[in-house]
Amino acid sequence: MEKIATREAYGKYLVELGEKHPEIVVFDADLSGATKTGIFKKAFPERHFNAGIAECDLMGMAAGISTTGKIPFASTFAIFGAGRAFEIIRNTICYPKLNVKIACTHAGLSVGEDGGSHQSVEDIALMRVLPNMTVLVPADAVETRRMMDAAIAHEGPVFIRLGRLATGVVLPEDYKFEIGKAAMLKDGGDVTIMAIGLMVERALEAAETLKSQGIEARVLNMGSIKPIDREAIVAAAKETGAIVTAEEHSVIGGLAGAVCEVLAETEPVHVEKVGINDQFGQSGKALEVLEHYGLTADAIVTAAKKAVDRKPWWS
Amino acid sequence: MENLNAVAKEIRRDIVKNVNKVSTDRLTENLNDVAKEIRKDIVKSVSKAASGHPGGSLSAVEILTLLYFEKMNIDPADPQKADRDRFVLSKGHAAPVLYATLAERGFFPKEELDHLRQLGAMLQGHPAMDHVPGVDMSTGSLGQGFSTAVGMALGAKIQNADWKTYALLGDGEIQEGIIWEAAMAAAHYGLSNLTAFVDNNNLQIDGAISDVMSPYPIDEKFAAFGWHVINVADGNNFDELRAALVLADAETERPTVIVCKTVKGKGVSYMENNAGWHGKGPNAEELAIALEDLA
Repeated sequence: MEKIATREAYGKYLVELGEKHPEIVVFDADLSGATKTGIFKKAFPERHFNAGIAECDLMGMAAGISTTGKIPFASTFAIFGAGRAFEIIRNTICYPKLNVKIACTHAGLSVGEDGGSHQSVEDIALMRVLPNMTVLVPADAVETRRMMDAAIAHEGPVFIRLGRLATGVVLPEDYKFEIGKAAMLKDGGDVTIMAIGLMVERALEAAETLKSQGIEARVLNMGSIKPIDREAIVAAAKETGAIVTAEEHSVIGGLAGAVCEVLAETEPVHVEKVGINDQFGQSGKALEVLEHYGLTADAIVTAAKKAVDRKPWWS
Repeated sequence: MENLNAVAKEIRRDIVKNVNKVSTDRLTENLNDVAKEIRKDIVKSVSKAASGHPGGSLSAVEILTLLYFEKMNIDPADPQKADRDRFVLSKGHAAPVLYATLAERGFFPKEELDHLRQLGAMLQGHPAMDHVPGVDMSTGSLGQGFSTAVGMALGAKIQNADWKTYALLGDGEIQEGIIWEAAMAAAHYGLSNLTAFVDNNNLQIDGAISDVMSPYPIDEKFAAFGWHVINVADGNNFDELRAALVLADAETERPTVIVCKTVKGKGVSYMENNAGWHGKGPNAEELAIALEDLA
């Protein structure tokens, strides 16, 4: 399987979008090599602006220029964008509903060696709670491009969560993405695995393992975290009666939180959460760290079995 | 170097003198009348709301009056026109002066001022751009407005647009770190189309800015950040402000900051230089005195 980091797909596709949309400008905070906006800078040096190591000003400038007819993409690491600049995003981008696209890379534990200080496991929760914000998490390079198209077509703030690690391209090139819609990648009636980001690849792998053990799992790609696809969640609860969420994020406030919020007021069923269990990450090779914290296909298989076992006898 | 500075000083003095000559008395007289109306509307609206920030609104009346009634290219009938000059009230808590000025200028009916800070009303406690015609940026969380003004000026520059961006900063506000991030960026990108005012009334909520967390020397700090700095000894004087704007317009490479010594609570006897009037509304009795002071 071809492997490419979503940040890489972002940087490359930004150039294509830049050609189509002269109003696109790009802001970075001294990380253009890592966020891959440097690729855009090479193609359009006059449309790429460095804020220096100043993430708050990065977001403020992007907000300001968006009122002059430009569509800014602001990029830095997720911990600095969603974290340090949170309140600028809240008050100066979301409150006035400005047309700013925030694409943050190096989200999650797969940052690897840089360690817990740089591994953002809270950014989805922080961005999801903001009114007017759209939160998107691509599963792979293909979905990254479709989400960027959707972000451009959408008038208003969008947060796109990207990763550092080269991950498998699991979706076909003609994959369709729509804000607010989940995508069923595999149907099944025994349990539903709802996954985002690099956990989608692991969810598909887990579904194969489960199948070999006689459990038919439905796999939903929940890339549109906000707005979330309530219909797909309710249907999964009704039709499969057991749910597993899988995310490279804290189990508090991220995908698990969003799914449980919907289920609690619609179709309560047992939910097993695969994610980061209220703790910080640590240094190590990306795959080692992911395994250490239980972000694996095996962990999803175990969770799925547990969820199936917890189904009430009458279901 | 010293010679050059002396020459520059001489040239500036001449410009200022000439400006004073061309600024007709009548123009300033009219502006004084407008400023008086705006001051009355500020105290009335804040009194009606029984909350809000009169002190730092009154100190900035001349700055906003000059911008909205003489300097800026704006059209109350078309608040979003693309080539308008922009104004960002980075010290967003001074919303009453912005609202009173916009209403006086005809952006919306003055009756709205009676509903300031009330549930369901257009005029929020701090400026919200999607609610109020004429408000170019939502502000209130200090420091952020300045950063957006830098973004606006950058937008104008890369589009070769000749509209200008003005920002008003509080002297307490510049304690925020983002101010200096933005100041660095504005100089780095050579935004000579950006003019910032610092409303240096010397007071913040907890007391004198020099006691709370001194930002002084303000002028030298901005100069060190690469800005063209103009000190205005009386920021409540139209002629001095007008002269400073002429110098700002003449600048072609650096952003300009006009550091204005102002009086907090200017025009209302018991509010002047009193930090206690940073963030509360006068009661009926106090309002009567204020309106008498402003008569």
